[in-house]
Amino acid sequence: MEYFLIIISAIFVNNIVLAQFLGICPFLGVSGKLSTATGMSMAVCFVITLATLVTYLINNYLLVPFGITYLQTIAFILVIAALVQMVEIVLKKVSPSLYQALGIFLPLITTNCAVLGVAINVVTKEFAFVPGGMLNLAQALVYAFATSLGYGLAMVIFAGIREHLALMDVPKAFKGVPIAIISVGILALAFMGFSGMVK
Amino acid sequence: MSKFKLITDGLVRNNPTFVLLLGMCPTLATTTSAVNGLSMGLATLFVLVLSNMAISAIAPVVPDKVHIPVYIVVIATFVTLLQLLMQAYTPSVYETLGLFIPLIVVNCIVLGRAEAFASKHGVLDSALDGIGVGLGFTLSLTVLGLVREVLGSGSVFGWNFIGGNDGMLAFVMAPGAFLCLGYLMVLFNKFVKKS
Repeated sequence: MEYFLIIISAIFVNNIVLAQFLGICPFLGVSGKLSTATGMSMAVCFVITLATLVTYLINNYLLVPFGITYLQTIAFILVIAALVQMVEIVLKKVSPSLYQALGIFLPLITTNCAVLGVAINVVTKEFAFVPGGMLNLAQALVYAFATSLGYGLAMVIFAGIREHLALMDVPKAFKGVPIAIISVGILALAFMGFSGMVK
Repeated sequence: MSKFKLITDGLVRNNPTFVLLLGMCPTLATTTSAVNGLSMGLATLFVLVLSNMAISAIAPVVPDKVHIPVYIVVIATFVTLLQLLMQAYTPSVYETLGLFIPLIVVNCIVLGRAEAFASKHGVLDSALDGIGVGLGFTLSLTVLGLVREVLGSGSVFGWNFIGGNDGMLAFVMAPGAFLCLGYLMVLFNKFVKKS
């Protein structure tokens, strides 16, 4: 049951972009076209899940036992940067077609605060609907994966809206980013309708 | 370029929020009130100035191939320092800003200034640039926070001017952040960036 709640909460109620404000820069940056938006969401999904697995293990088996949790920020960002590099190298060798598809988005992900944000959230945040409050490894992975699905969902919806916006005749001062941000606001308003589904 | 212009540049012409569109996540997330926006801005200013100075000092000896990881570690060190300081002296502010204090590490403004300015200029100039950009960020966060606070909870810097809690709740929550920022950008484009 709690897995179901985690998934609903992460995708709809606490959507990472529209409710938690993480990963806004790439969200605004690459959502101009539906195809790039899909590529970016796939890359983010892959990296967030992998990074959460690694940082969760590092936190619970290295930082906590030695009492050095104050190094969390430094340790996590280094792990994520190294991981992204490694994923890039491995993908290039193992699956050139996937590398072609994700290629340019991978290096961008290191500075995507969604990755670090989810990694920190998983080990520090308390979840009301999970017994004991803290996530265990399996729950953490489900949470990370569902969160990145939520990222993909918001990204794809927004890319669809932007493709239409590009054809609209908007006032000069609204052109480009301002009208895009206002549209996200309205999208976020729509997503507020999900709040209350999960406490 | 005069020393004074280094500071004023960051405030308007290179304003990180309205012109460069950097650091959107903390901008949207922490501006539920003017005070929160101000504290987030100052926290970023602190990291920005120190990391700019440190990076401009070490830039000549850092090998080109590993400069990004080195910069990130330097920035992460100052962020950790800030986290410990805030936990000790302003625990309530630290609690409110929460996740977004460690996330200063991946704030594109800090790495952006390190890469674009600090690695090519002297320590003093880099410090001034950090102050300028940091103040620009603080200013826009405070303004956005103020607008949201007035609309959302009917108060200014915590002083309630309408009596009761009759604000429009949506402006304190997520959608209001996007809407206010969008409309502020429109005003900025219309009246400030005209030239």
